[in-house]
Amino acid sequence: MSQPLINWFKFASPASFYPLAGKLWPWFAALATAFAAAGLWISFFVAPTDFQQGEGYRIIFIHVPASWMSMFIYCVMAFWSAIGIGFNTRLSGMMSSALAPTGALFAFLSLWTGALWGKPMWGAWWVWDARLTSELILLFLYLGYIALTAAIDDPRRADKAGAIVSLVGVINVPIIYFSVKWWNTLHQGASVSMTKAPTMAATMLWGMLLMALAFWMYSIAVALYRVRAIILERERHATWVAELPEMQR
Amino acid sequence: MNAFVAILRRDLLLAMRRKSEMLTALFFFMIVVSLFPLGIGPETALLRRIAPGVLWVAALLAAMLSLNRLFAADHQDGTLEQMTLSPTPLSLLVGGKVLAHWLTAGLPLVLLAPVLGLQFDLSSRALGILMLSLLLGTPLLSLIGAIGAALTLGVRGGGVLLSLLVLPLYIPALIFGAGAVEADMAGLGAGGHLSLLGALLALGVFFAPWAATAALRIALE
Amino acid sequence: MNWGSASEFFAMGGYGFYVWGSFGVTAAALLIETLLVKKRLGDTRRLLRRELAADRESQD
Repeated sequence: MSQPLINWFKFASPASFYPLAGKLWPWFAALATAFAAAGLWISFFVAPTDFQQGEGYRIIFIHVPASWMSMFIYCVMAFWSAIGIGFNTRLSGMMSSALAPTGALFAFLSLWTGALWGKPMWGAWWVWDARLTSELILLFLYLGYIALTAAIDDPRRADKAGAIVSLVGVINVPIIYFSVKWWNTLHQGASVSMTKAPTMAATMLWGMLLMALAFWMYSIAVALYRVRAIILERERHATWVAELPEMQR
Repeated sequence: MNAFVAILRRDLLLAMRRKSEMLTALFFFMIVVSLFPLGIGPETALLRRIAPGVLWVAALLAAMLSLNRLFAADHQDGTLEQMTLSPTPLSLLVGGKVLAHWLTAGLPLVLLAPVLGLQFDLSSRALGILMLSLLLGTPLLSLIGAIGAALTLGVRGGGVLLSLLVLPLYIPALIFGAGAVEADMAGLGAGGHLSLLGALLALGVFFAPWAATAALRIALE
Repeated sequence: MNWGSASEFFAMGGYGFYVWGSFGVTAAALLIETLLVKKRLGDTRRLLRRELAADRESQD
């Protein structure tokens, strides 16, 4: 048990993280595929037809995991931002900006599937349900982060400004969620809730968990792949980049 | 504390010398609010229902108009860099600037709102609640806005970017502010909304100057 | 097993459009994101390789 502690700071340098990310992402991609296959199997072939909502409820197998992921990725971004501010590591800012597009995509997918679920169930593409509204605001927060970091030319400054935005955002997300919920009850909004509606059978929970795991692994794989591109773009003049095997020829 | 008062007085003096900017935001507020009945129709029952929301959204936009200039002038002439070197903590100076911004951009909206509320046939009780909610809410708008203004300082396309960053964060203030008036008109009492708005304001007073200071230091690097 | 036939599976009990619209768009979005990310790394690598080659030539 007396193994030496891994020197985490070694991997905080882009030069050593670049090859590590290259080695890791295929594993996460494989895990994502496996979990997705199992999750899709359960969502279409194992989970029984819902007696109230028919087959339409099967949308929740991606809607709920996509919402979870969009919130989780925002928290991970905030975590990297805090690390970046605390330890002044270059890699953490790169990780945040590698995660943001994927998080925004999941927020969009959550809204899209929510609309497609709402149309047959509520008879409207959009209802001002507390969850959907918070998800929309989360998408705005992602877009704000992406727009701000894209508008600042100096990458170091962009990372730091983005870190503050995501930290301010993550403090606000619970406040926003709570306020939207409060607003929703005051206005007697739609009472059908997506996750509450059918009695949650164990198979349904399993399906959602597996799909969430698939999305999680997918996000890690894509973020690792994207962070490699970001590292190369930023470190283009470093000697270690010139010495990479794929840069020869 | 002296530095705080000094910066407050200086910013107020500067704002008084450029009255037109302050008045533009006020006219904007008036015009936006008056456009709604023209777009929706003069039916009093409907106007009374939408009044809190309309007035609050318009106040939100008007308060945002002047945010751009919160740090921009001081950034251009180098005053801001001098401030970072001063022995007083920068967050205190930022607090002074935010207070000055609220006094010149937020407080006039609070005072003007009841007059505009009359256009929407609000009762005097509802007008009072509206003023109270704006009085608690507009400082929060200035505080959150300061973070956005500091982050977009010297960034191209700063104005639009600022609204994209700040507007989502304004949503809780909007919900509790407009909700207070609505709840009171529905006979539910505005106490809950107003105390939550006050809690948010307290949180903002502690947290926002600190975050804005961190953002300013990044912009000045 | 829930489905008697393939056509029953695709009809989703009348909710086919909504269910396949959700799963299809999600699959397409994830696929497109993967391709874009691959392209981004490929483009960066190609650009850097060209820059390095130009550097070496100018040194020779």
